[in-house]
Amino acid sequence: MKKTTFNVLVIAVVAILLSLQSCKPKNAGNAVSSDAAVKAYVAPGKYDLFYNFVSGGFSGQLATYGLPSGRLLRVIPVFSVDPEKGWGYSEETKPMLNTSHGFVPWDDLHHTELSQTNGEIDGRWVFGNANNTPRVARIDLTTFRTQEIIELPNSAGNHSSPFITENTEYVVAGTRFSVPPDDKNGDVPINSYKQNFKGTISFISVGKEDGKMDIAFQIQCPGVNFDLSHAGKGKSHGWFFFSCYNTEQANTLLEVNASQKDKDFIMAVNWKKAEEYLKAGKGRKQAVRYAHNVYSDKTHSATSEIKTEVTVLDSKELKDICYFMPCPKSPHGCDVDPTGEYIVGSGKLAALIPVFSFDKMTKAIAAKDFIGDYDGIPIIKYESALYGEVQKPGLGPLHTEFDGKGNAYTTFFVSSEVVKWNIKDLKVMDRVPTYYSVGHLCIPGGDSKKPNAKYLIAYNKITKDRYLPTGPELAQSAQLYDISGDKMQLILDFPTIGEPHYAQAVSADLIKGKSLKFFKIEENANPFVSKGEGETKVVRTGNKVDVYMTCIRSHFSPDNIEGIKMGDEVYFHITNLEQDWDVPHGFAIKGANTAELLIMPGETQTLKWTAEKVGMFPFYCTDFCSALHQEMQGYLRVSPAGSNVPLLFSTGKNYPVADSETKK
Amino acid sequence: MQKKTLQKWVRLVLVLCAAGLVLVLFVPMWRIDLAAPQYPEGLMLLIYPNNIGGNVDIINGLNHYIGMKTLHTADFMEFTVLPYIIAVFAALFVITAIAGKRKLLNSLFILFVGFGILAMYDFWRWEFNYGHNLNPDAAIIVPGMAYQPPLIGYKQLLNFGAYSMPDIGGWIFIGVGVLLFLCVIATWRNSKKIR
Repeated sequence: MKKTTFNVLVIAVVAILLSLQSCKPKNAGNAVSSDAAVKAYVAPGKYDLFYNFVSGGFSGQLATYGLPSGRLLRVIPVFSVDPEKGWGYSEETKPMLNTSHGFVPWDDLHHTELSQTNGEIDGRWVFGNANNTPRVARIDLTTFRTQEIIELPNSAGNHSSPFITENTEYVVAGTRFSVPPDDKNGDVPINSYKQNFKGTISFISVGKEDGKMDIAFQIQCPGVNFDLSHAGKGKSHGWFFFSCYNTEQANTLLEVNASQKDKDFIMAVNWKKAEEYLKAGKGRKQAVRYAHNVYSDKTHSATSEIKTEVTVLDSKELKDICYFMPCPKSPHGCDVDPTGEYIVGSGKLAALIPVFSFDKMTKAIAAKDFIGDYDGIPIIKYESALYGEVQKPGLGPLHTEFDGKGNAYTTFFVSSEVVKWNIKDLKVMDRVPTYYSVGHLCIPGGDSKKPNAKYLIAYNKITKDRYLPTGPELAQSAQLYDISGDKMQLILDFPTIGEPHYAQAVSADLIKGKSLKFFKIEENANPFVSKGEGETKVVRTGNKVDVYMTCIRSHFSPDNIEGIKMGDEVYFHITNLEQDWDVPHGFAIKGANTAELLIMPGETQTLKWTAEKVGMFPFYCTDFCSALHQEMQGYLRVSPAGSNVPLLFSTGKNYPVADSETKK
Repeated sequence: MQKKTLQKWVRLVLVLCAAGLVLVLFVPMWRIDLAAPQYPEGLMLLIYPNNIGGNVDIINGLNHYIGMKTLHTADFMEFTVLPYIIAVFAALFVITAIAGKRKLLNSLFILFVGFGILAMYDFWRWEFNYGHNLNPDAAIIVPGMAYQPPLIGYKQLLNFGAYSMPDIGGWIFIGVGVLLFLCVIATWRNSKKIR
């Protein structure tokens, strides 16, 4: 009897203890449905449905992916030099990276935005912003090349950029870091922030036909940090919205000091009104220095101009351009829904999502429903501009895009998920985890008037175990979701270059038909072009030597060059004479401390090479162009400085003495 | 006299318990596992008799966002006395086994259970302290939110799921307590039988 009760007791105790251990909930599991593969697969020989333009962040470049395959199609060099393509190394592209600080070889391409007409993506250009040395770039989508870069005066950091108005009238820039303006003394104590530091918003006009950028005006604003921005659409066209944080105006330990206030702001800018003031001459002309660089596909070269004047409107003085709407709490995203009525703020540290109403905002402004002002700018009463709040959606909201069906999708960094919610009802409808800690999301056309809500791509900040490990440094991860149904479905997981902070996507049909196959040689207006082998030559001017060279399968002309002296600055101007699809040639010469050239058919590019040593220097084509690519080479002879070796250049003529006799 | 002495198997169990307690000195007693979506590898806090182990540094790094004090072994005097208390208990178990007196067994049982309850209360008190006394300058302040980890079981704290449960040492402790209880019961029933 004793033994059995004893045994029962023991078993009972053990059972209780074991069940305690198992009460730890199991991981929900990363279940991907079986039809995900079909949805993400693009068969060999078939095309992706969408072009996905993804900012490279600290890589400085713009990546082009295909969706739904997630295949990397091209990395477009924009703000960082690219020795592979000669971007920033060839004489023709170096001026593109010129600034008022001189040549800047790297920047942080933070966000990207496709040009729009009538609020729809039109596939003409894509813009990118430089977050370090403030600039905006325009990339042409027929050549997928950076055509223009404009620098911004009075600015430091450029985060709330390059967002556009619905007809690409303007592309904006906004300072992430407030600094003393360019015409004031910048040599002030850092803790005089509140007195001396100002924020600046730039409105860059974009030429309707050619896309040429020009700073139409700047607005001087209070010294806060501008984070993200979006233009009004439809009924709210004419307004622009910027999220602001650090209204505490801290200059140190912002981690703590800029997180103190319960609410920061969304700044509403009436730019149509600003235009009126500009016309009425109310802007102040300020002397500044900033670079404006333009690349021409006709001359295949860039020109850099330093501009010396900008017009600034004062938001304090011109009372009805800027208004503040209180927004919890250190807002990041500032997103306008496709109807233009709702403005969604995402407060990084907030536990809710505030949704503002454009109609209510304009009514509040008309009725002067203000609760005070911040540095001269009126603050609208929160409840008067608010449509409603989405309660407890997740932790750490960052960024919102829309599907055009009345729903919004917001990323949550801390709880690592994307949440779908209905705008009218302010109710959460669906949530999916992301792997891990999503920063930004992209829906094709998701920030335009007409979203194409087939896909959603989440761009994450933490990768960890998502892919095969590659040492301590890992590529950033992205997930592709099918959002054509009621629930979001994960279909693909792919790594990205650099660090995406924003992305745009558009139907491939809009761009693929316009893609240029090659440059027409007769239109080539480069000053050093050789339109045929008969135009090639080598010309010496003092110690500068210009080599006018051509390349065609499979030889360079000239490919034997003699008479170069040590200390000479040699410029290789190479024209690719091919007039066919996908026949580029490359050019490299031994010991070059520049890079290589990759020359497209019909194009001319120049590489500078200094003759540092006496000797023999081979050059060759670096891009596998033909069956006899390996034979595409040449030699350059460098003689001592005072030598009297004559200048010689030829192809197929300079045979050895014995040979040349037999060749006769 | 026979009633007052312990049975052979009881004495054996007591010595086994003593051995178990010695083992407790070298293994973790308690663990708090933290799970969050961005930590697929998981995080854990291990509490040994003489120090805190596991991913203490990473957890301290995360805690600074919410203003929780950082955890350091030196801040808790418990870690200096606990090893001695456990060693003393091990010795007491052996002494009881050798002496074989019923009174000693019962006193040991009361002492052991009493210590267990005191230890859990102390643990709860520290958890309350750390979870509630937050730095007012913290970057992330969720109104009304406190971060007291669970005493035992599961609790969601922002994006982290915290699971507090005994580790090997803790299970041994519980096991010893149960065995001790069974010894007491068996000895009491035995004494009742032999009349």
